[in-house]
Amino acid sequence: MSVLEGKELRIVGFLCNWCSYGGADTAGVGRFTQPTDLRIVRVPCSGRINPLFVMKALIGGADGVLVSGCHPRDCHYAEGNYYARRRLEVLKGLLPVLGIDPRRFEYTWVSASEGQRWQHVVSSFTAQIHALGPAARFTEAPEPARLGA
Amino acid sequence: MSIQDELKSAITAALPDVSCVVGWGAGPEPLRAAPLFIRGEADLEGFSAGFLSVNNPALYLPSLKGSKVGVVVKGCDARSVGQLAAETLIKREEVHVIGYPCRGVIDVDKVAAKLAGACETGEVAALREDGDDVLLNTPKGEVRLAKKDITADKCGRCAFPNAGNADVFVGERCAPVVTEDGYADIADFEARGLDELKAFWEQEMSRCIRCYACRNACPLCVCRDQCVAMSREPHWLSQGDGVRDKLFFQIIHAVHLSGRCTGCGECERACPLGIPVLKLKRALSRRVEKLFGYKAGGGDTPPLLTFLVEEPTIKERDWK
Repeated sequence: MSVLEGKELRIVGFLCNWCSYGGADTAGVGRFTQPTDLRIVRVPCSGRINPLFVMKALIGGADGVLVSGCHPRDCHYAEGNYYARRRLEVLKGLLPVLGIDPRRFEYTWVSASEGQRWQHVVSSFTAQIHALGPAARFTEAPEPARLGA
Repeated sequence: MSIQDELKSAITAALPDVSCVVGWGAGPEPLRAAPLFIRGEADLEGFSAGFLSVNNPALYLPSLKGSKVGVVVKGCDARSVGQLAAETLIKREEVHVIGYPCRGVIDVDKVAAKLAGACETGEVAALREDGDDVLLNTPKGEVRLAKKDITADKCGRCAFPNAGNADVFVGERCAPVVTEDGYADIADFEARGLDELKAFWEQEMSRCIRCYACRNACPLCVCRDQCVAMSREPHWLSQGDGVRDKLFFQIIHAVHLSGRCTGCGECERACPLGIPVLKLKRALSRRVEKLFGYKAGGGDTPPLLTFLVEEPTIKERDWK
């Protein structure tokens, strides 16, 4: 059992290669302290992020999912983040109906130079997830409902 | 001339120009009609449209792309045709749409609930319509049921009973049941709270048998053999029968239909276990309608296939 058991939660971050991953790197190079709950998955562009990535993480047991890409107008591929913005915004409508707290999923924009901002985003999102606590996992086989109940 | 005769003559008129006309004919039992492919006037014999015309004939259009076909549609089916055309999954000029005013269709599950204890729906020997009622011949005698009690839920929130995009429309256009779908059912559902909803889906999905009838009945699920649910690389779903895999399949279906689902309800109707899978799609439709003012099926570009540099309805995520 990890020594961090109970102290750390599982947060999955999907970061675009060109801005947010660079921003996270800048924060590291600048030695800004940040929580270590986030596991980063680097993707070419926020437009690469299939909403199912987010859902798979949440159903698979992640306590939170953070998506970050280039600021609007700054996408390396010109328009990937515009499509991502619409998809992710729509996806937020699916979480409450499934019984997943919509605050467990957020998306934002961080550029490669914004190390400070990255620190702020990670810290506040991690604090938000810690406030919510560990996510209850979907059980694989619930107790069968009583017949006629 | 009755609507049936008018429809038949509209189909007859269309037949020379099309390879077939998709409509409804007699099904496996008196309560159920089945899709009918009319290739000649001889096939017209079994045709009938009305209270039993449950299936969405738009389902077959993508696979018939490339030849001119006719299709008889209810209002909701016409929305599916419009959406398929908007996404160029069919060519609108290849489809001859014959519309008629729809006043709702049967929900056999509701009939089963009404007959519970007396007999099974399969034992009903005949069904006869009598104004606002239907008369069922059951082994226990004749049963009279009010149509409004056994009409599908989706018909209670129908804003498009008349095929708006029909090439030929027969009969008198009827007034919509509601002018605006308020998604009150989804709001009520959500009000049950996160914990209860999670338990609800665990319980419901534990009954799922992964038959994929919901997908196969969906007119907008066009990937067929390329469905990501079957893909091994990436391996989105295991072969297991756990709740998470089964729920994730429903999430795939809902996400892939976001901004596309016209709410025809075929997924839920086709489910042999009566799992309310349409709710997930309607939650996303409500979101899309709120954000982009978009109702699927009208023929405009789907909102997720386009963007605005400045989104007036999306709050910029500047993070405090």
